[in-house]
Amino acid sequence: MNSSLQVWECIVCGYIYNEAIGDPEHGIAAGIRWSDIPDNWTCPDCGVAKADFEMTLKVA
Amino acid sequence: MNSIIIIGAGLAGYNTAKELRKLNPEIAITIIATDSGRFYSKPMLSNALSAKKEPAAIALNSPEQMAIQLNATVRPHTTVEHIDTATQTLHIGEERLAYSKLVLALGADQIQLPLTGDGAADVFTVNDLDEYTEFRQRIEQKKRIAIIGAGLIGCEFANDLAVAGYQVDLIDLAPQALGRLLPPAGSSHLQEKLSGLGVNFHLGTSVASINNNASGYTVTLANQHTLETDLVLSAVGLKPRTALAAQSGITVNRGIVVNRHLETNAPNVYALGDCAEIEGLVLPYVMPIMNAMRALAQTLNDKHTATVFPAMPVMVKTPACPTIVSPPAAGAVGEWQIEASSEGVKSLFMGADGKLLGYALNGSATAERSKLTPLLPPVLSAL
Repeated sequence: MNSSLQVWECIVCGYIYNEAIGDPEHGIAAGIRWSDIPDNWTCPDCGVAKADFEMTLKVA
Repeated sequence: MNSIIIIGAGLAGYNTAKELRKLNPEIAITIIATDSGRFYSKPMLSNALSAKKEPAAIALNSPEQMAIQLNATVRPHTTVEHIDTATQTLHIGEERLAYSKLVLALGADQIQLPLTGDGAADVFTVNDLDEYTEFRQRIEQKKRIAIIGAGLIGCEFANDLAVAGYQVDLIDLAPQALGRLLPPAGSSHLQEKLSGLGVNFHLGTSVASINNNASGYTVTLANQHTLETDLVLSAVGLKPRTALAAQSGITVNRGIVVNRHLETNAPNVYALGDCAEIEGLVLPYVMPIMNAMRALAQTLNDKHTATVFPAMPVMVKTPACPTIVSPPAAGAVGEWQIEASSEGVKSLFMGADGKLLGYALNGSATAERSKLTPLLPPVLSAL
């Protein structure tokens, strides 16, 4: 299953969201998929909302 | 007919258009840009080398793609010479363009230092993707780069260029790097880590002259030291673009003066982003733009909405020394409490009442960001 986990990058600031690591610092556990993060999530580094800015797929 | 015109195609201009379009599928939106109108994120310029990104890959969309995506008119390479605020008309050459509401998202210029020497005219600044593209071409066959200004942009470029293998000299008049954002202990840690990458610091001095030599340039410092380099990059700070507003009778101070509704003194003219001075604050960072544009889009859609700024920590993109700062407000009374180790520095600016008023986190201390940020006062609290 881990092989299908993906890494995403914020197009505005370069913040990396790695599904395998999650973002425990901000309450998102390891393994949470980008698609499962709520729409009101904002990038912890630049404040861009998930709904405003697609994260781009960085590594398959 | 309602027509919204936005001057400026940076993060502030395009994001305002995007947010407004979400609220209102009908309203006519025009975006006017002096540059190529490509949509990109300016903060990405200072770490593109180590991210192995070519300049062309930084542009996310062409102006044509943005026009389709936003259902808007995008006019690149177009300069507005004057705003007639009485008739609500823009002057573009002979053309007159009417607006019902106008947004100034003009951005800021790099401050140009008056420098002497026969190489002074070759000093580079990087303020947009076009300049960055040229910069990357110019450094391709080069090895040594001197950067004037050890602030946010100077330190970020120093880190990026050093990682990419360049010999970097970093010069600043201040005695410490990032001196406006970090207390001395934090600066020392950052300098130590950047030095570890090979960055040579020349602090507490300025550039006296820049002269051509056989292989590049000789930079003579005010402290009499000289250094040899292939290219000089100046990154001494940003100056909000206020000229168009000022000559159109719109009040400017350090930036274009707006209240928390982002209104200038001219009816139906608004400003945000790096060109704006909001309630006395000039905040040339991404997070203030994102907060301001959400309020402004509501106002443009006839729902008068005040901007609220929470605490907005700034990420300094120096991977050699991860750094997050939330400086105390100007004039805040308190003192720095420092906890330093070899792994990081935690600097907390505490008020007399024991409240946290600001912080600067370096290295391992950045892990405490999410715990500390909620304790900070808002930059501009709710009305």
